[in-house]
Amino acid sequence: MPANHKKQVHLAAQLPGIHNVTVWSDPRSGSQISPDSFIRLAQTVERGKFDFFFLAEGLRLREHKGQVYDLDIAGRPENLTALSTLAAVTTHLGLAATVNATFNEPYEVARRFATLDRLSGGRAAWNVVTSYDAFTGENFRRGGFLAEADRYTRAAEFLGAARELWDSWGEDDLRADAAAGEFVRPGAGRFAHRGQHFDIAGRFTTPPGPQGHPVIIQSGESDAGREFAASDAEVIFSKHNRVDVARSFYRDVKQRLARYGRSPDDLLILPTANAVVADTDEEAAAYAREISRELVSPQTAIAHLEAVWGRDLSAYDPDGPLPGIEPEDDAHLLKGHSVFRKGRGETARQWRKLAEERNLSIRELVIEVGGRQTFVGSPHTVARAIDDFVQTGGADGFVLVPHLTPGGLDDFVDRVVPLLQERGVHRDDYTGTTLRDHLGLSDAPRPARWGGPGVRRRRDEKETSA
Amino acid sequence: MTGTNGTHDSNGAHDSNGTPGSKSAHDSNGAPGSKGAHGSNGAHTKGASGTPLHLAVALDGAGWHPAAWREQGARPGELLTAAYWAGLVAEAERGLLDFVTFEDALGLQSAAFHRPDDRTDQVRGSVDAVLLAAHLAPLTTRIGLVPTTNVTHTEPFHLAIGIATLDHAAEGRAGWRPQISSRAADAAHFGRRTTPLLTEEDVTDSELIAARLRELFAEGAEVVEAVRRLWDSWDDDAEIRDAATGRFIDRDKVHHIDFQGTGFSVKGPSITPRSPQGQPPVVSLAHASTPYEFAALGSDVVHITPHDRAGTTAIVAQVAEAVERTGRDVEARPLRIFADLLVLLDDEPGAAAERLARLDETAGAELTSDAQVFAGTPAELADLLLDRRSAGLDGFRLRPGTLPHDLTAITRGLVPELQRRGVFRTEYESTTLRGHLRLQRPAGRYEAAG
Ligand SMILES: Cc1cc2nc3c(=O)[nH]c(=O)nc-3n(C[C@H](O)[C@H](O)[C@H](O)COP(=O)(O)O)c2cc1C
Repeated sequence: MPANHKKQVHLAAQLPGIHNVTVWSDPRSGSQISPDSFIRLAQTVERGKFDFFFLAEGLRLREHKGQVYDLDIAGRPENLTALSTLAAVTTHLGLAATVNATFNEPYEVARRFATLDRLSGGRAAWNVVTSYDAFTGENFRRGGFLAEADRYTRAAEFLGAARELWDSWGEDDLRADAAAGEFVRPGAGRFAHRGQHFDIAGRFTTPPGPQGHPVIIQSGESDAGREFAASDAEVIFSKHNRVDVARSFYRDVKQRLARYGRSPDDLLILPTANAVVADTDEEAAAYAREISRELVSPQTAIAHLEAVWGRDLSAYDPDGPLPGIEPEDDAHLLKGHSVFRKGRGETARQWRKLAEERNLSIRELVIEVGGRQTFVGSPHTVARAIDDFVQTGGADGFVLVPHLTPGGLDDFVDRVVPLLQERGVHRDDYTGTTLRDHLGLSDAPRPARWGGPGVRRRRDEKETSA
Repeated sequence: MTGTNGTHDSNGAHDSNGTPGSKSAHDSNGAPGSKGAHGSNGAHTKGASGTPLHLAVALDGAGWHPAAWREQGARPGELLTAAYWAGLVAEAERGLLDFVTFEDALGLQSAAFHRPDDRTDQVRGSVDAVLLAAHLAPLTTRIGLVPTTNVTHTEPFHLAIGIATLDHAAEGRAGWRPQISSRAADAAHFGRRTTPLLTEEDVTDSELIAARLRELFAEGAEVVEAVRRLWDSWDDDAEIRDAATGRFIDRDKVHHIDFQGTGFSVKGPSITPRSPQGQPPVVSLAHASTPYEFAALGSDVVHITPHDRAGTTAIVAQVAEAVERTGRDVEARPLRIFADLLVLLDDEPGAAAERLARLDETAGAELTSDAQVFAGTPAELADLLLDRRSAGLDGFRLRPGTLPHDLTAITRGLVPELQRRGVFRTEYESTTLRGHLRLQRPAGRYEAAG
C-alpha cells in the first residue's frame, strides 16, 4: 500500500430530489420518496465507507410558464425527518440536511439539528443555504423572503444564534443525579441573543449531541457566499467539477481562510459529481452518452432553452437549430430553480455561440451543456481520475449523485471504492464514530471564534473548579 | 353522534386503507401497502358493545410522575437517547397498542402549565418529537407513532412536510398531535410575536384559560386545515412517469392550495407526495369548550380528561355539541374519543397506591394532573376502563406514572386482562394507524375537481 502522505478522497452521496439528473424512465428506477430508496442508497454508501449522505432542499415545486414543472423527478421528503429515519438504519454514515436560513428560525433549526446529532450519535451536518426568492416565500406564513443583499447577513446571524443555543448547555449540565435529586444544573439552556435579525431569549430545550455543533456546509457561489464559507463553514459544495475551473475555485476559497485565522484543512471543498462505470472505457462512454440523452427528452430540451431565453419556444423543433430570436432578459419563466437564477442573457449568448460552432440542434446543445458526466470509464479509469483530481488541488472529494434511484451507486461502491482503497486514498473502515471524525475536522468548534455563553460558562467553571 | 357506536361496524372493511390508493407501477419495489395479509378478522376482540377497545400510551421522559426519574429502574441519564425510546416503543408494540404519543414543546418543561421555572429537581430537556418518531419508524412495524408539535410558532408548510415524511417513513403509521403554544415565554424563543401571558388565576379554570387562548386555538385550527390541504395537494396518482410525453408528474394532479387564513397564507402545493395514509390521523388533547371545538374542526381522535363516569358522559356530550356547532359530518369523518388516565399499576392490591405515596414523598408534593390518577391493579384498571367506555368512549390514552414499570404493567398486565375479556386485539389486524383506528383512508379533496 502506498505511503499515506496522499490526500484522502472524501466521498458523499446525494439522493437527487429534482432536476434532470435521474433517469426516471429507466425500468430500474425506483421510488424517489419511499423509505426503501433512502435506506438502500444510504446503506450502500455506508458499505463504501462514505463520509456522509446528503439531501438538498427546495421548499416550493418549481414552475414553468406559470404551471408546475412536470418534466423532472419531483416530490421529496422533509430532510431532517428523513435523515432521522436513516440514523436508525446506519451506524457511521454522516447525515447532512440542507436547511434554508431564510424560511426558518434559529430556535427550531438548532433544536432539530441537536436532535439529529443525538439520535445519530454525532453524525449531523447542516448545509446552510440562503435561497431567498419571494416565490418560495409564498409558502410561508410570514412571507419570509429577503432582499438579496440581506440573506447572508441573516444566515450569518442565524448560524451565530444557533451556535449560542448549542452552547447554552454546558457539557455536564444534564446531571440526572437521582440521589442528589438534581436533574439539571441551574440555568441549563439559558440564552439571550440580540441582533439585527433576531431578538430572542429564554431556555433552550436540547443538550447538544456528540459533535457539539453539527458540521456546517455552505454551497453558495457568490463572493459573499465564499466569504461566508471561509469564515463559518467546514465543507463547501460546488458545481465546479471540471478540473481546471475547480482548481481556481479551490485556490480562491482556500486562500480566504487565513483571513479568519483558519487553516486550509478547516474547510473541505466537495464538488458535485457523477460517475459512469462499466467494464471498459468504451462501454462506459457509450453508457454515458445514453444517460445524457435520456436525461434530456425533447420536452426537457425546449424547457431548458425557454428558461434561459425567458420566452415561450414551444413552437421550435428540439431537433432543429436554436431560435433566431433574442432572449428576454427580465422574464422569469422558470421559478424556484437556482441554476437559472441569474446571468441568463450571458448564458444564452454562450449557448448560441457553442451551437453555431458545433452545429448542434437544440437537444444536442442542452445535452452538451447539461448532461456532462464527471467521471466516465472502467473502474480503474474512474478511480485514477478521482485520485488525480484530488491530488492536483481540484477538490477534497466529491458529492456523488447517482443517475438511478436507488441503485445508481452500486457499481461505484463495489468496483471503484476498492481501487481507491488500494491506492491508499480512501479508508478501509471508519476510524471514528462522528462525521467530524470522518472529515478530519477538529472535535469541537473553537471557543475563541464562536464563544457563546455556554462555552464561556464551561470555561469559567473549569477555571474556578481547577 | 360522536362516532362511538355504529360508525365502524363494517368488520374488516377498514383495512382496505392500508394500501395507498393507486400508485404507479414503479412503486411495487417495496412501497407501503404490500403487507397484504392480516390474520384474524377480529371476531374475538369484540366486547359486549361490539367494538374493540382502542389503547394508546403517552410517553414522556421517565414517566408522568415528577419523581419518576428517581425510581429504581429509571434511566434518567438516557432520556434523550435513541436507545431509550426504541426500547419503550418496542414494548408498546409488543402490547399491540394502537399508538404511542410523544410530548413536545418549544421550551423547557416546567411544573406550572403557563410559565417556565428554574427547578432543577425534575426532568428537563427534550428532543424534537417528529424526528424522534421518524427515528423509531424503521425500528417498529405496526404501532402508530404520534408526535406532538406546536402550531403557534412553526410554519404550517414545515409541519405538513414533516408529518407527511414521517408517514412515508413509517409506511402509514404516522399521526400528528398539533398543540398551541400557551406559554408566553416560548414566543420569546422566536421573537416574532407575543402570545397572552397567562396568570395564576387563568390556570385555575380550564374554561378561563381556553377563553384567553381562543385566538391561538382559532389560528391553530387554521394551521391544521392548511396542513391537511397540503397533504391533499398531490393526488394519489399524480406521479405518472410517462416517457412518451416526457412527464414525470401530471401537473393537473398537483394543486396549489391557496390557503388564506386570518393571519397567514400558504400557496402550496406540498413538496412531498401524498403519504400512505393520505391524511395521517390528527390527535388533540382537550379540556374545555374551545379545545373541544378545535378537535371537532380538525381532529380524528380527541383525548379528554374526565375524572369519573358521570364526567365522561358530560364531556362526551360537550364534544358532541362542539361537533354539532362546527357542522362536522361524523358519518363521513368519525371523531374517536379517548380518555386520558395517568396510571400506576402493580399486581399486588394496594402496592400501586403505596408506590404513589412514596413517589409523592420523594417529589415533596402530591401528584396533580389534568387527567385522573389511577393507582391499582391491572384488573381494577380493566374494570374501570370497561365501565368508563360504556359512557361513550372509543378508547384510552394511558400515561404511565413511571417508565418502564407502568408501561410494562400495561403491556404485560392490562393488555392480557383485556384480551381475556375479549375487548382487545390479540394481534395487529392492519398495517396503518388509520387501520388500527378503523378510519377510512380519505380521497384527496382536490382529486374530484381535477
Ligand atoms: C452544489 C450546490 C448545491 C446546492 N443545493 C441547494 C439546495 O439544496 N437548496 C437550495 O435552496 N439551494 C441550493 N443551492 C443553491 C445555493 O445554496 C443558493 O442559491 C445560494 O445560497 C445562493 O448563494 P450564492 O449567490 O452565494 O451562490 C446549491 C448550490 C450548489 C452550488
